[in-house]
Amino acid sequence: MEEETHTDAKIRAENGTGSSPRGPGCSLRHFACEQNLLSRPDGSASFLQGDTSVLAGVYGPAEVKVSKEIFNKATLEVILRPKIGLPGVAEKSRERLIRNTCEAVVLGTLHPRTSITVVLQVVSDAGSLLACCLNAACMALVDAGVPMRALFCGVACALDSDGTLVLDPTSKQEKARAVLTFALDSVERKLLMSSTKGLYSDTELQQCLAAAQAASQHVFRFYRESLQRRYSKS
Amino acid sequence: MAEPASVAAESLAGSRARAARTVLGQVVLPGEELLLPEQEDAEGPGGAVERPLSLNARACSRVRVVCGPGLRRCGDRLLVTKCGRLRHKEPGSGSGGGVYWVDSQQKRYVPVKGDHVIGIVTAKSGDIFKVDVGGSEPASLSYLSFEGATKRNRPNVGDLIYGQFVVANKDMEPEMVCIDSCGRANGMGVIGQDGLLFKVTLGLIRKLLAPDCEIIQEVGKLYPLEIVFGMNGRIWVKAKTIQQTLILANILEACEHMTSDQRKQIFSRLAES
Repeated sequence: MEEETHTDAKIRAENGTGSSPRGPGCSLRHFACEQNLLSRPDGSASFLQGDTSVLAGVYGPAEVKVSKEIFNKATLEVILRPKIGLPGVAEKSRERLIRNTCEAVVLGTLHPRTSITVVLQVVSDAGSLLACCLNAACMALVDAGVPMRALFCGVACALDSDGTLVLDPTSKQEKARAVLTFALDSVERKLLMSSTKGLYSDTELQQCLAAAQAASQHVFRFYRESLQRRYSKS
Repeated sequence: MAEPASVAAESLAGSRARAARTVLGQVVLPGEELLLPEQEDAEGPGGAVERPLSLNARACSRVRVVCGPGLRRCGDRLLVTKCGRLRHKEPGSGSGGGVYWVDSQQKRYVPVKGDHVIGIVTAKSGDIFKVDVGGSEPASLSYLSFEGATKRNRPNVGDLIYGQFVVANKDMEPEMVCIDSCGRANGMGVIGQDGLLFKVTLGLIRKLLAPDCEIIQEVGKLYPLEIVFGMNGRIWVKAKTIQQTLILANILEACEHMTSDQRKQIFSRLAES
């Protein structure tokens, strides 16, 4: 019997009316998160953003092969499986991005010579996949009780050809001039990782980053509500 | 509920460190910083308290607080590293600010010195046994660390062992023994034949081993049983028949998700049949 907490949150950020004509359309899609749904991994979480859904499982701190062990910290591995087909180069590159983000946040020095494995399975992809993977990985790490120095979240935004900024783009909106994904930490909204594709100017990058930082507050508030609900049941 | 206040606080850039006292019993998230009682007075609102200027910097005596699981010292504050409810225990006697810790729900066990655990003997190598305790590496158990150890009465590979850790830190391989400091078994050693070993979460074990837990008393009234709890999430249970053993195992696994009323219902139904 698994304990399930299903938390829905429809988040809409305030849109500053009367701001610049390129004011961001700050609305994130419907979020949902479920924790502890798999029985075998030490921690698991499923994160939904609109129609994009990712399932994450965390094993650790567990045994590590001698060839992969690091003497003073934990070896973090991320495995990302696409919905169909074999994992390819794009998955490898996303795995590296997620691993670098997790390594910045997980206190690996508390568990030297162990391995912490994060397995992500794409259930459905409807835009902002990397951001959804980051969110699912964070919730799964919290569920597994891996010590972390902060929480992190992923926010994606797309820049249209006429400069409008769309947060949490769908697959259709992602066919834009540029798509930027940021990973932000919960303590001071600092940037942990950024992955961008396309053409954009310096000011546009700063605008996107500011919009992502504002949106991350909603994601962290959702994390807090979801975790409070989970602990209130025990 | 302090929801509006906490939302307003979060909308400020960065999280403000809160006093540990005010957060007791609430859910805390990794990354939050908590102020200890001593500093909280020094950083009081507007510094309204008059204090004589001290010539040496920070000569104030700090209250000694023990940092339990889920918390780490970060400068002179506590950093929360796991998600859970913040708890505090007053010091029994003497000085000190007591213990703060985070009550989190976890499945994976990390060896801690002094914990009593149930292990499975997996290999013999040289002078020691390798025992799987559910952590990141197998613990080592010396041949001689049993009461009345001789060449004849030794555990075999595959036996269940109840012992405690004497060495358990992040840098060394954990070592366990089946005798206490006086050389007596004190209930530890090889666990007998039959019975059922199953795994539960660490939080449930702590709940069952709490001094005021009624679950074990109620279970004891149902059937005569032998039961061993390992802090690594393993429970070994044995009753007269296999069916009773399975019923007890199912009840203990389900205890985590049931309220006390549901539990009493199930117990009364079982007592009738």
